[in-house]
Amino acid sequence: MAMVVDVASWVLLTVGGFFVLVGGIGALRMPDLYTRMHAASVTDSLGAMLVLGGLVLQAGITLETVKLAAILIFMLFTSPTAANALASAALLAGINPGLAKPWRQEPRS
Amino acid sequence: MKKNPAATLRGMLMLLCFLAAAWVLWSGHFDPLLLGLGAFSCLATLVIVWRMGYFNREIFALTISLRLLTYWGWLIKEIVMSSLAVTKVVLNPRLPISARYIELKASAVGPIGQVIFANSITLTPGTLTLDLHQGELKVHALTQEGAEDLMSGEMDRRVASLGDR
Repeated sequence: MAMVVDVASWVLLTVGGFFVLVGGIGALRMPDLYTRMHAASVTDSLGAMLVLGGLVLQAGITLETVKLAAILIFMLFTSPTAANALASAALLAGINPGLAKPWRQEPRS
Repeated sequence: MKKNPAATLRGMLMLLCFLAAAWVLWSGHFDPLLLGLGAFSCLATLVIVWRMGYFNREIFALTISLRLLTYWGWLIKEIVMSSLAVTKVVLNPRLPISARYIELKASAVGPIGQVIFANSITLTPGTLTLDLHQGELKVHALTQEGAEDLMSGEMDRRVASLGDR
């Protein structure tokens, strides 16, 4: 049983680590600030959920699990707030989302 | 929207219990020094939020309801799906981005519903809220597909149905 939990935990940690890496690669590859932020948000949404989920399995039913859950909830509340602050600051500073075309309905190919 | 003193007192006591429980859970130590520091922190927090007008207004209240938990479940599914979509774009050698700029209106009327909507958009990778003002949102999307998903309006409907007092 402990073995199963350990394997599940390591799977979560490894997959979470993969998404953190993807966020980093994306932040380097993307062409401008706003698209970089899209890539980086993979790290602090899915990456954080999987890594913290893996750590919860390691901790078991203890006080640490309560703390890890609290960390996850606070991250999910604060990271979009920080992203909104960054994005509107960039917009106000005149960094034009010039790569983005205005949205319109396009026929699906 | 001034509340009556009894309601204010009840709100203060509830917040105090919540803060005390949070302190004990976080620290896990029961020696007099740390319990005393905890009591001081809880009371200081109470005074600060009272000065900020927390007890005068209703708008800070976020109630945890079953509908909110259902919404979180749906949101986690959306986060997983859109993370996979962004991952595919990032790892594609051609980097097939088609950035879009969207302006839309939130159906949720109250400030909390609108903030939940704006934050949910940001939280799902591939869409990013640039600005929220009077229920009007400016959104940046990484791909045309992401923009279409958002414009289908499902998230907007779900947030509006959460009900905002």
